[in-house]
Amino acid sequence: MPPRPSTLIAELSYQCPLHCPYCSNPLDIGDEHYRDELATEDWLRAFNEARELGVLQLALTGGEPMLRRDLVELCAGARDAGLYSSLITAGTLFTRERAEALKSAGLDHVQISIQSPNAEDNDRIAGNRSFAKKIAAARAARELDFPLTINCVLHRHNLDRIDELLDLTLDLGAQRLELANTQYYGWAVPNQQALMPSWDQLRRAEQSVQRFRELVGPRVDVLWVLPDFYEELPKPCMGGWGSTAMVVAPNGDVLPCQAASTIPGLEPANLRERSLAWIWTESDAFNLFRGTDWMQEPCRTCPLARQEIDRGGCRCQALRLAGDAAATDPVCRFSPHHGRVVAARESAQTDELVYRTMKRRARA
Amino acid sequence: MTRPRLVTGARLRYDEVREEHVLLIPEGVVRLNPTAAQVLELCDGERSLDDIAGTLSVRYDGADVRDDVHELIDAMAQRGLVVDAA
Repeated sequence: MPPRPSTLIAELSYQCPLHCPYCSNPLDIGDEHYRDELATEDWLRAFNEARELGVLQLALTGGEPMLRRDLVELCAGARDAGLYSSLITAGTLFTRERAEALKSAGLDHVQISIQSPNAEDNDRIAGNRSFAKKIAAARAARELDFPLTINCVLHRHNLDRIDELLDLTLDLGAQRLELANTQYYGWAVPNQQALMPSWDQLRRAEQSVQRFRELVGPRVDVLWVLPDFYEELPKPCMGGWGSTAMVVAPNGDVLPCQAASTIPGLEPANLRERSLAWIWTESDAFNLFRGTDWMQEPCRTCPLARQEIDRGGCRCQALRLAGDAAATDPVCRFSPHHGRVVAARESAQTDELVYRTMKRRARA
Repeated sequence: MTRPRLVTGARLRYDEVREEHVLLIPEGVVRLNPTAAQVLELCDGERSLDDIAGTLSVRYDGADVRDDVHELIDAMAQRGLVVDAA
């Protein structure tokens, strides 16, 4: 038996009023098969099956989950199933009225994304005038006594505003701040050159975070992780393939991570046809990179014996940088392809962004 | 710490699947041993630390649990999971 999952990531819809150029959604979000979204009953069944499997945390995300008209019903279903629910939203549709309905339905926690603490920058990066609505949403969440997380994806164009972002977090009364350095999946891939930060920016930001933590203490939990491309050893993607989380796409495809649909030959099982328990324990997609038997060199004889710690790193990154999803993640300094990571962080020069869109066929 | 309570959004529950007590927090799970779960159940923002220790002491045949209760609540407060309601 594989370990039990603790998290279900429910991507309710890939539709979103924002156009962030680092969105983790797949590049083909505009394709027909993703528009065929699951019905309310499918999700409610999934929540109950998830709890029976051991899931405790539910992330209601997207795209923009607030675009689902049955969101209140889904929150009530999550509560009835015994799951702790988090709404991961851009905030533009999180009005006081809808927030009250979600609160009554049992929603536990609200996470609001901010693209930059500066209104103009926020709207430019989001490709949408959204800053004022986000701030109003954050205040509505706190007035209703929701625990509030502010999330900001960091990159070259906003890292220098980290102090403003920390101040804003305090002002909004958030108890968590997720500083998510851009991961190069989904829409961040065609924008990698334009988003990659410099070492200096990262170092200054890290110092700011450190000062803030000392000043504010445990009142605000600040999550800060150095981006993969500046590491010499890989991170265990999703805590290990098929070991902690399940991701359900809007059409019911179930995968071990948000980016796994890019792996050729990986056929996701669908929620409409199979139970979550079957998908977790039996499906090819979840078993493909479980454990350590699938590993190649240099992982197989890792000189640091870190197979169980790093889990070979990220499969999607291995695919993209080494051309093989079963290779060692090239972030690892022992990977024969590590030079590509070094080259990427040393060569970020362009400022041109490719905006997220649901129009067909983006260029990859 | 005068009158401890769980931080906003934290929820205690028993996980029937793994048969253990857990504290659910935004995007996280803290596994608890049965004693810690009992202490946190009493952190309601009304009781003082001495009230909590007293209530538990009765359950454990009058044993002096004050130091253990203080230690646990201090550790939880340092992680931001318990705050002062006072």
